[in-house]
Amino acid sequence: MQFIYEKLLGGKQGAVGFFILAALILIVLPLFLDMFRLNLVGKYLTYAFAAVSIVLLWGYGGTLSLGQGIFFGLGGYAMAMFLKLEASSPENTAIQSTPGIPDFMDWNQLTELPWFWLPFHSLTLTIILILVVPAAFAYLIGAAMFKRRVGGVYFAIITQVIAVILTVLIVGQQGFTGGINGITDLRTLNGWDITTDSAKLIFYFLNAFLLLGVIIVGRFILTSKVGSLLLAMKDKEDRVRFSGYDVANFKIFIFCIAAVIAAIGGAMFTLQVGFMSPSFVGIVPSIEMVIFAAIGGRMSLIGAVYGTLLINFSRTMFSESFPELWLFLMGGLFIGVVMFFPNGLAGIWQSYGHYITRYFAFADKFFPKEKTNLPQLNTKES
Amino acid sequence: METNTDFTLAIENLTVSFDGFKAVDDLNLYIDENELHVVIGPNGAGKTTVLDLICGKTKSTSGSIKFLNKELTKMAEHEIVRSGVGRKFQTPSIYENLSVFENLEVSYPYGRSVVGSLFFKRNDKVINKIMEIADQIQLASQLETEAGLLSHGQKQWLEIGMLLIQDPKLLMLDEPVAGMSVKEREQTADLLRSISKGRSVLVIEHDMEFVARIADKVTVLHQGKILAAGDMDKVQADPKVIEVYLGH
Repeated sequence: MQFIYEKLLGGKQGAVGFFILAALILIVLPLFLDMFRLNLVGKYLTYAFAAVSIVLLWGYGGTLSLGQGIFFGLGGYAMAMFLKLEASSPENTAIQSTPGIPDFMDWNQLTELPWFWLPFHSLTLTIILILVVPAAFAYLIGAAMFKRRVGGVYFAIITQVIAVILTVLIVGQQGFTGGINGITDLRTLNGWDITTDSAKLIFYFLNAFLLLGVIIVGRFILTSKVGSLLLAMKDKEDRVRFSGYDVANFKIFIFCIAAVIAAIGGAMFTLQVGFMSPSFVGIVPSIEMVIFAAIGGRMSLIGAVYGTLLINFSRTMFSESFPELWLFLMGGLFIGVVMFFPNGLAGIWQSYGHYITRYFAFADKFFPKEKTNLPQLNTKES
Repeated sequence: METNTDFTLAIENLTVSFDGFKAVDDLNLYIDENELHVVIGPNGAGKTTVLDLICGKTKSTSGSIKFLNKELTKMAEHEIVRSGVGRKFQTPSIYENLSVFENLEVSYPYGRSVVGSLFFKRNDKVINKIMEIADQIQLASQLETEAGLLSHGQKQWLEIGMLLIQDPKLLMLDEPVAGMSVKEREQTADLLRSISKGRSVLVIEHDMEFVARIADKVTVLHQGKILAAGDMDKVQADPKVIEVYLGH
């Protein structure tokens, strides 16, 4: 019990924050929003995976990736490829010159399914690939850069370049990827219609639980020695290296974890929105994800979720009324937060959260402290 | 030349050149077991470069560095540390945002792989060791203090403590008393004398009074070469040393 309370929830303030978030996305929003709005929130919450991954990688790892869209996209495309293959059964595509392959391949004169599409016939394999491909890709990028001690601005630029390359590749290889339109017209998952309201509701809750699970995994990593080491590296990288640690391995590790988290978000995006396109891979979405994390507070996993929700709600509201002003507004919001609330929304919680947490005094009783001679750990997570 | 020696550290024919400038030139230096060896020399003599070479921060151009008969010049930094070489930097390198306790815990030589760190547990053994070291560096009462709030001298001691907890066989300190008060210098000298039991210590220092107090053996470095070596009295009487330090 103590382990769960201190390590996974982050002590009293962390636990209260976590349960408030869980109550909001699991109870309050589903109760008060209609299906259309709830589906929108579900979409925003998929971006929150990317924002959470940026908190781990940037806030704690000290490495800014301007290319989390790469991994969001890899996860999203993997899921879309599975759904597309299912939607392209020979019966559904009987009017094509080659039935049984996705429609855009047929339009592009392909007569055979490319080899790298074959694993996506199986849902099990697809789920494995959603996790493994981004991790492997992140490992390659990470090993190539961190082992050579490339970091900081150079890392940010290179990840951004990779995001551009991937977008260009997807758009250019229309026959293999669906091009600029992306992979569309996704209908069923193992025969289950995913466009119905009930399916959307189930995906919403699946997504919410996964997000909460990811936050707990993140907490576990950050409260372990890896978390202290990441903070230590941000401060004095050489001291960590000359304390016998292979610094690059820790950076690669957190980069891979961040990639997998973003990819889960991408896969959930495809399931809830029903398509995937290159516009969720490139520079703009990648930078937006960083803004979500910065607004929420780059040192706070939970803050990242609120940051994502706040920005996307405002975007929806303002772009319904003043579409042309939205970008300026988002820029203004970003500058405002960085200037006046450098710790983002989480900073406000840290300063004023105790007004709320004191009503939750029972939390400490619920998880009684074991008697130990341990000096108390100052958890940095909020 | 593949020869084994009884020395803890044997540096032979070590040279490093930066764009043709030889910062360390054909250096030979031997450190015995349990010896407290001090390297002195004017600015730019190559003292810090020698430490950088030993701990792998700088790669040598030629020559060999043998630590317990293990060649260090080809090893990665973290492997050198794991084989038992600890190095303190000139400016205190501690983790300002972590507490004193966490600083020592992160330096504890166990769970150094990613998986090992993920499942590292703060057990009694770790805590007792941290307490023991904290006592030694006189920071036992400040374990929960954020390290950034310590005084300059305390930061220096904390970094020494972070090395001690790894129990290195060779401890290298780059100007450990720079910027310290007279009292702190005395305390540091006592600390160095006590920690040099059971290990070899290599210190770089400017303060001659401090050197005289701690050194078993002194090497004077000048323009990347050894000018004189021996005990403090002998070195101080050496006319070449006097010229380099007082001449010009």
